[in-house]
Amino acid sequence: MAGEVTISARNVVKAFGQGAGAVRALDDVSVDIRQGEFFTLLGPSGCGKTTLLRLIAGFEMPTEGTILLDGTDISTLPPNRRPVNTVFQSYALFPHLTVAQNIAFGLEMLGKPGAEVKARTAAMLALVKLEAMATRKTSQLSGGQQQRVALARALAPQPKVLLLDEPLSALDLKLRKEMQIELKRLQLETGITFIFVTHDQEEALTMSDRIAVMSAGKIQQVGTAKEIYIHPKNRFVASFIGETNFLTGTAEAGALRLATGDRIDVPGMTPGGTVTVCVRPEQLRLGPAEDGAIKARVRTLVYFGTDTHCHLALSDGTEIVARLQSPASGDAGLAEGQEVGVTFAPGAVQRVED
Amino acid sequence: MSPAEDAVRQRSDRNGWLLVTPALVVLALAAILPLLVMLVYSFLAPGDFGNVEWEFSTDGWTSILFQRDIFDGTLSLADAHLTIFWRSLWLSTVTTLLAFVIGFPTAWFIATRPVQQRPIWLFLVTLPFWTNLLIRTFAILEVIRSEGLINSALMGLGVIEEPIQMLYTDGAVLVGMAYVYLPLMVLPLYAAIDRFDMRMLEAAYDLYASRWQALRRIVLPIVKPGIVAGSILVFVPSLGAYVTPRVLGGGKNMMIGNFIELQFGQGRNWPLGAALSMTLLIIVTIALLFYVRAANRPRADHG
Amino acid sequence: MAERFAINRLPGFTTIAVLAFLALYIPIITLVFFSFNAGKTVMGWDGFSLQWYAVAWGNVAVQEAAWRSVVIAFWATLIATTVATMAALGTTRRRPFRGQTAVYVAINQPLMVPEIVTAVALLIVFAWVKVQSGYQGLGYLILAHAAFCIPFAYLPIRARLEGMDLSLETAAADLYATPWQTFRRVTLPLLAPGIVAGAMLAFITSLDDVVITEFVKSAGQDTLPTYMLGQLRRGVTPEVNAISTALLGLTVVILTAFFLLTRERR
Repeated sequence: MAGEVTISARNVVKAFGQGAGAVRALDDVSVDIRQGEFFTLLGPSGCGKTTLLRLIAGFEMPTEGTILLDGTDISTLPPNRRPVNTVFQSYALFPHLTVAQNIAFGLEMLGKPGAEVKARTAAMLALVKLEAMATRKTSQLSGGQQQRVALARALAPQPKVLLLDEPLSALDLKLRKEMQIELKRLQLETGITFIFVTHDQEEALTMSDRIAVMSAGKIQQVGTAKEIYIHPKNRFVASFIGETNFLTGTAEAGALRLATGDRIDVPGMTPGGTVTVCVRPEQLRLGPAEDGAIKARVRTLVYFGTDTHCHLALSDGTEIVARLQSPASGDAGLAEGQEVGVTFAPGAVQRVED
Repeated sequence: MSPAEDAVRQRSDRNGWLLVTPALVVLALAAILPLLVMLVYSFLAPGDFGNVEWEFSTDGWTSILFQRDIFDGTLSLADAHLTIFWRSLWLSTVTTLLAFVIGFPTAWFIATRPVQQRPIWLFLVTLPFWTNLLIRTFAILEVIRSEGLINSALMGLGVIEEPIQMLYTDGAVLVGMAYVYLPLMVLPLYAAIDRFDMRMLEAAYDLYASRWQALRRIVLPIVKPGIVAGSILVFVPSLGAYVTPRVLGGGKNMMIGNFIELQFGQGRNWPLGAALSMTLLIIVTIALLFYVRAANRPRADHG
Repeated sequence: MAERFAINRLPGFTTIAVLAFLALYIPIITLVFFSFNAGKTVMGWDGFSLQWYAVAWGNVAVQEAAWRSVVIAFWATLIATTVATMAALGTTRRRPFRGQTAVYVAINQPLMVPEIVTAVALLIVFAWVKVQSGYQGLGYLILAHAAFCIPFAYLPIRARLEGMDLSLETAAADLYATPWQTFRRVTLPLLAPGIVAGAMLAFITSLDDVVITEFVKSAGQDTLPTYMLGQLRRGVTPEVNAISTALLGLTVVILTAFFLLTRERR
């Protein structure tokens, strides 16, 4: 069953404003989201991720392109006629209704019989472990509890897709970690497709089956957490997800020649032109300055507890960072100003587009 | 723009118009169209027993300032009319000043109370504002008339033998209007002072300003929008006042409002009354435009 | 011990403020006080008595005027609040439509135009309509009152709407509510305090009006305020004091309720 496409955006453009002042919040976006997966839209604020979510929910209509649900065009369907529910960033709980009334709202609007509404509301309250709060007003709940009500309310009508718009951003760190696990559990238990919007890369990496990294109204890369981290497609993805070092040089057969004259092995490289590669800081190895290693000088050492960050300068001034696991003594055995030789773990060097 | 987006937008605009239409109909019937009809009436000739004759005439407008000699038909300035205009402007201006002099310290006092006390003080200012204007005018009447509170108290104390005639004077109208419109001065002033950052006063004192200098050089310039708002809110209704001068000024100390009424009563000169009303409306509009300009003027914001 | 330098104290301000509050309330308190006087004047206190209330209550003209005031205020409030609620819904929380500024000006027009001007304009128009249609009833007063009550009803409703979280209605739509269901089940319940507050202000405003009523009413259509103004020829009688006090009491009650209602949302 996993693998079938549930939501499909085809060449979607969304422009706000008109004429010269128009802003393209989404610029020709196409993406397929599969049945039952936890799909995350990740990107900095203003990248268009929330706009895409709102288009899927039906709060906005695309300027161009279509949005398909199970193969049917739903681009112009109003939100109340789409089997898609949203968990809002602000939760948007109805302040004049109780917790149970909030959860029952969607079911009542769908005209479900009273007994079914009652049973499903009770089941939802149990699912999010809020049975004791059923008759409370939502303003009497803590932030975490409000979050659970918002989830239960959106899940109650058993939507085909659940949309979550940065739902954890208002919670403190500890609660956020708990809710991440909770969300994952709910997704597995219900089997519903989750589309999750966040700007927090760690949240995206830990929770998602697949991630779409967005920037400037475009999808930059779609893939699993590992694919995106290990094989970033371009400079933006590489720098947005985790820390990285960029090295630029001339392409040679199976290698890259840096301006310093050093040569880095890059399997599959073909000669011609200027090329950028990236290497994660934890993939750098420091050893004696000898042949086969790139010469560098230690600029500063910053102790982070588990790691020590070693800032290095190559002979042409290019700065790179190595992340070294701190030994038991805490002393990395390096001194500022020391000459070292840098090598890379096999397969750590990735070519990226600019 | 896609057709669907276009449709949503058009529906939104159409709904907006549909929703405001009933209000506009009521307002058109009982507030806006009558003003246009009155404009037409100001260019007609007066009927013998009130109302108008349907013939074009500018007499309504010219007789605002001039009177025609009955015998030779020459125009001369109508002194009685000018006196009424002058009194209206003068009384309204002094009322505004009086309300400011009393209202500013009052607003300052409220704004410097502890936060939880302020709503109570504000309520005390708002209550008289929402109380029937007529009742408040009657209340002032009780205080200043010959057998009223002040005269009774003074005579009781033996300060005076005979009651002082305070009622039916310009002073009575002035006191009455300042009393009646004071809350309209206090409320916008309070809003402005409430936004004022008291640390700026600390800075002023730190830089050797005296209290008076700090008030004049720092506080007043910054709360100026509130002062303008309060002044307009007092000046405009003062200029158009009808009840207060009628009750406290008696028949003699007329203001424009009473003069307009006279044209529709004993004066039987509807075109003149209509022209006077339009004149009042124009003056008020100018004052309001001045206010809008002052309120919208970009200023260095501090918040 | 030296007194702390009070930053926000300005010399004489507290004195003036206290005097201002006394000046605001002494006349009103005097008026209320003497409405309970057994004697006929304010020259002296002749003992507590409710006789002037009894006199006013027994006066057929007062009864009729009071009833007429309430009837006019009721209908004017109903009309003004309904159209103002719709107008508030039409002018907030959406892309401003072409001409919206003109709509604002129209709605607030009664606050800007001097009452006497509107009053004589209505006198002119209604005098003609009365002759043409032959209808002499309370409709003219109700229409006139409804018009000048609109801004008073509109402002608190609009304030409430603007303070409302737009995502609540989005959420309702997301949960399968049709636009009408969204309005009935979410918007209206949340807007209710604003509507009640607006209705209260409209009711007080209608109840208090003198000038426009004075010019629009046909013979024998006195409301309480115009009745009181008419009695002025005989000076302020203790009976008028009693009516004033009763109206004052009503205003205080409504206004207190208004403040509690609008404060609760913080």
